[in-house]
Amino acid sequence: MLNAERIREDFPILKRKVYGKPLVYLDNAATTQKPRQVIQAMNDYYETYNSNVHRAVHRLSQEATEAYDEAHEKVASFIAAKGMEEVAFTKNTTESINVLAGSLSRQLQKNDEIVLTQMEHHSNIVPWQQAAKRAGAKLRFLEIDGNGELKLQQLRETIGKKTKIVAFTHVSNVLGTINPAREIIAAAKEIGALTVVDAAQSVPHMPVSVKELGCDFMAFSAHKMLGPTGVGVLYGKEELLEKIEPVIYGGDMISEVSFEDAKWNELPWKFEAGTPNMAGAVGLAAAVDYLQKVGMENVHQHEKILTRKAMERLKQIEDLTIYGPEAGKRGGLVAFNVNGVHTHDVSAILDAEGIAVRGGHHCTMPLARLLGIPGTTRASFYLYNTNEEIDKLADALEMVTAKMNKPAMTTTQGKAAK
Amino acid sequence: MKTTKQADAVEELYREEIMDHYQNPRNFGHMDGADVSYHDYNPVCGDEVTVQLKMENGTVKEAVFTGKGCAISQAAASMLTEQIHGKSVKAVVTMTQNDMLETIKINPGPVRIKCVLLALRAVQKGIVQYEANRANLAKPFSEKGLSKN
Ligand SMILES: Cc1ncc(COP(=O)(O)O)c(C=O)c1O
Repeated sequence: MLNAERIREDFPILKRKVYGKPLVYLDNAATTQKPRQVIQAMNDYYETYNSNVHRAVHRLSQEATEAYDEAHEKVASFIAAKGMEEVAFTKNTTESINVLAGSLSRQLQKNDEIVLTQMEHHSNIVPWQQAAKRAGAKLRFLEIDGNGELKLQQLRETIGKKTKIVAFTHVSNVLGTINPAREIIAAAKEIGALTVVDAAQSVPHMPVSVKELGCDFMAFSAHKMLGPTGVGVLYGKEELLEKIEPVIYGGDMISEVSFEDAKWNELPWKFEAGTPNMAGAVGLAAAVDYLQKVGMENVHQHEKILTRKAMERLKQIEDLTIYGPEAGKRGGLVAFNVNGVHTHDVSAILDAEGIAVRGGHHCTMPLARLLGIPGTTRASFYLYNTNEEIDKLADALEMVTAKMNKPAMTTTQGKAAK
Repeated sequence: MKTTKQADAVEELYREEIMDHYQNPRNFGHMDGADVSYHDYNPVCGDEVTVQLKMENGTVKEAVFTGKGCAISQAAASMLTEQIHGKSVKAVVTMTQNDMLETIKINPGPVRIKCVLLALRAVQKGIVQYEANRANLAKPFSEKGLSKN
């Protein structure tokens, strides 16, 4: 287990009190807190070398350009990409997927198929719905079983001759399921479909190598991995990024412009139109440094221990339903319902204890509907969380039923999975 | 010292009257021959209410509701049905967010204000619809849009 107490020293916000109680931050799947090192790197940028990148020869611009390029290199090496040409910065995961869906939709034809899973975040559904509509293509969904795992036996029925794109989440932000990315990608490759991995919940929490996975594209967000908001990553294999068209046009992404037409800049700039989020990129680089120093395998193991403990304690609580697979098969999060109590009320009672969790559908409305629930309460962990915090969560949850108990007459919500 | 502070946050939001209305909702159920029936839903959190009203001489003669959702949304609905009893259409449709907050006497914050307002908005939309239908019925035949084609 990591020395979380030591790590916590780096996070100013974790010293905060909420209603006079120490903050227990368990909403890391939504966004993570930032260490001093990240905040400092961004301050340094603004205080000492802020200027626009790639355009001027003056000293400040050189320094900014160097730092901006280096951020791409760091991210590339973090996910074992070939180099910075394979890593473009966007605003977030959502934008990365939109760029891909927008660009790839031009290659789609009527009756082509895009395969997603039933556990996708809205950001990996809605862009593909629109792409499919534009092209007259169809969406198909890999189904989940009662444990919240993909039905792999259906893999080769769902991914078939007509499949052109397979886009799936590496780790579910609700069920916690770690999907067998290699197997899915292998099935897609057999029939020559392109693969897009939504790594918003995996890259921040475990070692991820695009080389090992062999995926064609990947998307994730800096703000979910100790970095700032407003920077996302779009990874693509070099030869594919060369081939596909950009969807956002303007300055920086061109090499030559006439009144009539334009040529695209080299990679990755072809996908970075306009002045980018430079301070954000510097912050992301500092976040990558921080995570690499701790070690991603250590982060993963730390979260595993917390998750196992959380599941053990939560299982003891009467009337509490946990969604998703057993601890060994999931990332660092647990979503649940206290039967008969709305997730808003659960969250509010935990909030009063200083515990920050998230309630609702977590941007996965189709999944919630499939499970037959309006939403869940989700506790999600990171490298700075401790065993004591898990105990606080479980202790507070034990009070929820006592506080909110109501007669059966109106207890209509909370009827879990069909 | 710390315990009182944290207890306050819960006690304030889930003060006794709210919990009482949540656990023993008033005017809970369906009504036959309602003049107004309106179902509203907040897809973001899954809160639901259906309100039904019986109207008489431009006032609310009877109000009932059914629903499911968080304690705040359901308690607000229960308190509202009591409050609008006997009120004029005008008084009900002009009720504001502040009026509702005064009734429920909590500070729900920017996220949960939607829970507080769900039932009020349902009642108001329902009454507006009802009034519009009545106005339409009262119009001479030729103005009802039937002569369009
Ligand atoms: C699995 C998954 N995909 C995509 C996203 C979207 O990330 P962002 O809001 O940073 O674009 C999230 C975050 O909520 C997520 O959990």
